[in-house]
Amino acid sequence: MTLVINGETVTVPDEVKTVSDLLAYFRLDNKLAIVEVNVRIIQKHEYGTTALCDGDRVEIVHFVGGG
Amino acid sequence: MNERYSRQQLFAPIGEEGQKKIRGKHVVLIGAGALGTGNAEALVRAGIGKLTIIDRDYVEWSNLQRQQLYSEADAKERLPKAIAAKRRLEQVNGEVEIEAIVGDAGPEELETIAAMQRPDLLIDATDNFDARFIINDVAYKYHIPWIYGACVGSYGISCAFIPGRTPCLYCLLETVPQGGLTCDTAGIISPAVQMVVSYQMAEALKILVEDWSALRGKLVSFDLWTNEYAAVRIDGVKKDGCPTCGRHPSYPFLSYEQRTKTAVLCGRDSVQIRPSARRQYDLNELAELFRRQGLQAEANPYLVSVSLGDKRLVVFRDGRALVHGTKDVQEAKAIYYRYLG
Ligand SMILES: [Zn+2]
Repeated sequence: MTLVINGETVTVPDEVKTVSDLLAYFRLDNKLAIVEVNVRIIQKHEYGTTALCDGDRVEIVHFVGGG
Repeated sequence: MNERYSRQQLFAPIGEEGQKKIRGKHVVLIGAGALGTGNAEALVRAGIGKLTIIDRDYVEWSNLQRQQLYSEADAKERLPKAIAAKRRLEQVNGEVEIEAIVGDAGPEELETIAAMQRPDLLIDATDNFDARFIINDVAYKYHIPWIYGACVGSYGISCAFIPGRTPCLYCLLETVPQGGLTCDTAGIISPAVQMVVSYQMAEALKILVEDWSALRGKLVSFDLWTNEYAAVRIDGVKKDGCPTCGRHPSYPFLSYEQRTKTAVLCGRDSVQIRPSARRQYDLNELAELFRRQGLQAEANPYLVSVSLGDKRLVVFRDGRALVHGTKDVQEAKAIYYRYLG
């Protein structure tokens, strides 16, 4: 499946079906992240049930603390 | 037209009217590290009326690579950052009133400033989420906009939170990040700092000239090494039940339980201890007391630094102390009570 992640076209393996899978694939699953799919922010409890489709536009922003 | 601000006034969205507004504004800056010094210099050069700087730390050599207001002399003297920043900023623009506060930006301190001085803007330049949730609560309780900023490595992130206009940090995060998740030890390069400062300052200028429609309205992040950029609109995440900006706010981070007396400093191998009652030390006397015990102690007008083998104890006038060389709160407390009673 091909997604547009943070503006870049990225091909992910077929095992990536949901937002949870995607975060695990990018090893962001234990980071604090905000995920937007097609301009809608996905709530954390929806990660496992939000399916991704070819061509979806995904924005991932993860929080850091330093300053 | 005042020559000093002529180029800023020529910028149409600010203009002469905007400059007058900027001049009348009071900004509180929480933290005077990398983001803090960058924001401070920009705010003071822009000609705000008053800047309050709160910082609990002092200048060290490792700060000089990116903390733009500090010099080698500041590091040699171990000057508190708020003091060193004030000195430099007064050279940059003598028209701006600078208030330096050497201390913790805890709920009591921040709430006092918000209630008594009614500042126009709070800028986050801290390094931890405990402080940010306190800022978030104070901001929404007293209706003051605040601007989050953070960076690590070549990555940075920023967002402006405006009471009455945007959801708050709590709505966005849902949970409070645990220490380990955000204590970064990955280093930092100065362009990442400057980029976050730029995002924060741009939103700050819009807020100071009250150009609300120009606000970004997005949480923005970038990586200057991997060349990535991402942004999400935050207006959709507002939660009615939010304890900070919801219908019945309780401001949980301002409650007594949250007033922690010890804190492990992010990525610093240091613990901060605040005594339950404020103390008032004569620092020269205190240094002398340490020396009589055969310890190596140095004092400046703001703090005493004592070497204890692989650890170092730094005591401020009000009794607040930093224990360097440990992340163990119990060990740090033991050292504090052994030497300060
Ligand atoms: Zn909220």
